[in-house]
Amino acid sequence: MALITDLAWRIGGPQGSGVDTAARFFARSCAAAGLHVFGHREYYSNIMGRHSYYDVRVADHPLTCHRNQVDFMASFDAETLARHLMTVADGGWLLHSERDADVPLRRLSMLDERAAGDLAALLDERGLAHSTAGLLELAAERGVHALPVDFGSVTGALAKELGITQARADRTLNTVSVAVCCAALGLDRSHLVRALDRVFRGRKPIVELNTHAIDLAYRYAVDRFADRTFHLRLQPLSHDHSRIYVNGSEVVAMGKMAAGLAFQTYYPISPATAENTFLERHPRVANRSGGEQAVVVVQTEDEIAAITMAAGAALTGARASTATSGPGFSLMTEGLGWAGINEVPLVVTLWQRGGPSTGLPTRTEQGDLLSALYAGHGEFPRIVIASSDLTEAFTDAAQAFNYAERYQVPVIHLMDKALSSTTQTLPRFDTGALSIDRGRLYRPDGRAPEQGSFPRFAVTDDGISPRPVLGQPGGMHWVTGGEHTEDGRVTEDPVVREQQMEKRDRKLEVAAAEIGRAEKVAVYGADGAALTVVSWGSTKGAVLEAIDALAGQGIAVRLVQVRLLWPFPGPELRELLAGADARGPMVTVELNRSGQFARLLGQQTGLRPAHQIVKYNGRPLTAAELLGPLRRIAAGGAEPTTVVRNPWE
Amino acid sequence: MATATLDRRQALKQFRVDYANDWCPGCGDFGILGALQQALAGMGLKPHQVVLVGGIGCSGKAQYYVNCYGVHTLHGRPLPFATGIKLANPELTVIIVAGDGDGLGIGAGHFVNAGRRNVDLTYLLFNNEVYGLTQGQGAPTLQLGLQTKSLAEPNIQESVNGPSLAYASGFTWIGRGYSYDVRHLVSMITRAVRHRGLSFLDIVQPCPTYNDLHDRAWFGGAGTDSGDSRIYDVEATDYDGRIAAGADARDYRAKVAAFAQKALEWGDRIPVGLLLERQGAVSFGDRVGGRLQPYRTQPPAARVIADDSGRPTADLSAAFDESGVD
Repeated sequence: MALITDLAWRIGGPQGSGVDTAARFFARSCAAAGLHVFGHREYYSNIMGRHSYYDVRVADHPLTCHRNQVDFMASFDAETLARHLMTVADGGWLLHSERDADVPLRRLSMLDERAAGDLAALLDERGLAHSTAGLLELAAERGVHALPVDFGSVTGALAKELGITQARADRTLNTVSVAVCCAALGLDRSHLVRALDRVFRGRKPIVELNTHAIDLAYRYAVDRFADRTFHLRLQPLSHDHSRIYVNGSEVVAMGKMAAGLAFQTYYPISPATAENTFLERHPRVANRSGGEQAVVVVQTEDEIAAITMAAGAALTGARASTATSGPGFSLMTEGLGWAGINEVPLVVTLWQRGGPSTGLPTRTEQGDLLSALYAGHGEFPRIVIASSDLTEAFTDAAQAFNYAERYQVPVIHLMDKALSSTTQTLPRFDTGALSIDRGRLYRPDGRAPEQGSFPRFAVTDDGISPRPVLGQPGGMHWVTGGEHTEDGRVTEDPVVREQQMEKRDRKLEVAAAEIGRAEKVAVYGADGAALTVVSWGSTKGAVLEAIDALAGQGIAVRLVQVRLLWPFPGPELRELLAGADARGPMVTVELNRSGQFARLLGQQTGLRPAHQIVKYNGRPLTAAELLGPLRRIAAGGAEPTTVVRNPWE
Repeated sequence: MATATLDRRQALKQFRVDYANDWCPGCGDFGILGALQQALAGMGLKPHQVVLVGGIGCSGKAQYYVNCYGVHTLHGRPLPFATGIKLANPELTVIIVAGDGDGLGIGAGHFVNAGRRNVDLTYLLFNNEVYGLTQGQGAPTLQLGLQTKSLAEPNIQESVNGPSLAYASGFTWIGRGYSYDVRHLVSMITRAVRHRGLSFLDIVQPCPTYNDLHDRAWFGGAGTDSGDSRIYDVEATDYDGRIAAGADARDYRAKVAAFAQKALEWGDRIPVGLLLERQGAVSFGDRVGGRLQPYRTQPPAARVIADDSGRPTADLSAAFDESGVD
């Protein structure tokens, strides 16, 4: 029997059938056993019925990405078999319902025509029937072990033992399927029981019902699969009980709460909604010194209202932000420009998804980098940052407010769908390590005059002007989307125009000089490596794992991860990359078609990557997808652009 | 008596600025501006306690001519800006000064949704039926078939009725004033501001440059059989637009039916005064405060977020515990 140190588990089924809950249950059970968990969720823009799946990767070490070759798959329906059987690793395991064992592919009405056609072609090659039976046979030829389960017999026994209706017993189906998997993986049932309490938030009758279901499922697995030799075993680890299990949306919300967010606005949009609803569920933030404070969350009529309402709140001195996705960000453009010319500290969290237009609402993409940089007519300073993992997302979400207030600019925090639906076990974040910088707030002392206006937009050496907030005695001024004088009155004077344009611009020069190098770029992997990868945002996790794997194959790779996208860290990158270039090729990795970052890098530094690896099918990268391209690049002679494609995601 | 007059003059002076005004001579905006300054002074407010939130257009410039905080926003967006300001700092008196095109055209979505919230704001709609600053195109309040002087053809679109839309959207105080009846307008602005909730004051006014149909003489009665002013004070009649808190459904319906008639009355007779007041309606801020006690004592603008050493005051243990792994 082999101990597993790294297991990729996947569960799939129709949306609304409990795939999400089942995955959370499995993940939490493994977490309760002390293991490190990395989850990733894929779903359609649909309420119920369309296919969704959840990857949970479990290991004895911290993980940075999911895997597309799964070791163990649990399926809720025949469509899952059709979509994912190809991705179960040779010799892997497949748990499925007995009744899905022979379903004609033509009956799977939600299966995309393209996928159905590809499967039919594969089956035709081997002369197999166009059905799940054919696919199971195909999988069996690769050594995939099928574990057909008669779920009805387990829930039937549950109904009988507890004297409840079959319908009620059937509601434990998710639990049963996860429990059978865990039994096969040799995980002690005590971990599952502990996880249940969390998954069902301590609702006692439900927890009891499901605990019973776990018992029956374990008994069933032992009876049913007594003849099978499971060569898999998940070994519990002793672990730190203070860990948390969180996703990207929650983490950003937590970062904002820690930073003193007082006012958040939003219009519902995938995948930004989860951050907003988390805040709605947590409107009270405790103070370290006792008592609590409020976070006001307003759902607006559109994203134009969302950004302008947040800007209004920011003018009063409140830390304010809004969270949206590409289509909403397009609407926010005019508000962003207004915040820019009025030097309003405002944070916009931009959860990128597949574009343009409605695009792929629930899939990921790094397609909004240039939009974040250039949105808005005219010229105004802004700061753009991108988080690469959940821990960074927490600190970045907090730091965004410091940048916004210190430099009195809108800050765009780039996140993406991949990060929003990444779940991970992590150490608790250290809020004590954060600092709050409110920038140059104007605090008048003594009796302030009521008459006369305050030079809110005073021209200063560093471009940053003292900032009174609305309602403050002695700070009276105007703000306007028009070009303005120092006290905020509209002007079209050519000299004042130049002064104000230059003043606003200087703030960004100051920001570029002040912001620490570690907040601009992070370097991972072997120094002096022959190959340098440059990436930004959520692709980091896959690159890091690929670097590790390649190191084992004697290929040294270094990663330069860009965290601050604007002001662009040109000098830092030139220093890092000009040397690297001399040692070997530079390759950019990003999830868009045109290589937006590569273009930006070229514009800003004159450095052009020899190679680009891009993916734009709406799904996040995995390390395995990078290995081949990076090996080819290291060996020399690879094409300038490699597109990562995967038809089975 | 002499002292009172002096105080009033002093109070009024506080809200005056000596910047040049670039409205056209004879513009109805002047009447509104004067009334607004008098109302603010009359309420005993200090300039720093007042925020005027302007839209885009001639009307949106009104905030430059008042000594208080002025926020000149984007076309159609003053309501969401004002909402953010008021919710973040409920102590401020927040007044919107915007035109008919701004509020009922490009900003109509915000107008309707602001009604749903009933934030404690005052919306002064400068209604002259034209887009003055862009040279006289028809505004959403210009009736079908009218041809003001810039229009190539008579207006091909129907008009929207501001008071009716305000009612349908949920505004809890709806009134009308006339820009050249300053004394009446002062009282209407004062009442609108004092209303605890979202108030809408439709201020009809001539645009002497572009609206050649509804000019001062027209409002004054020119073209009517009697020659009497078209403007009349509805509150001097037996009309009463106040709906008492807890009014039963029958009373409520009757009030609304009477309001609908008054809201649509136009032409020879134009009612000004209070058209509708839903007494006792709870404002959005009060609803938030009702749910979230800390909002009442420390609204967003007053929050303390860092200690003296710049560390966050927030303690996220509860959120972490909720996400904990056992």
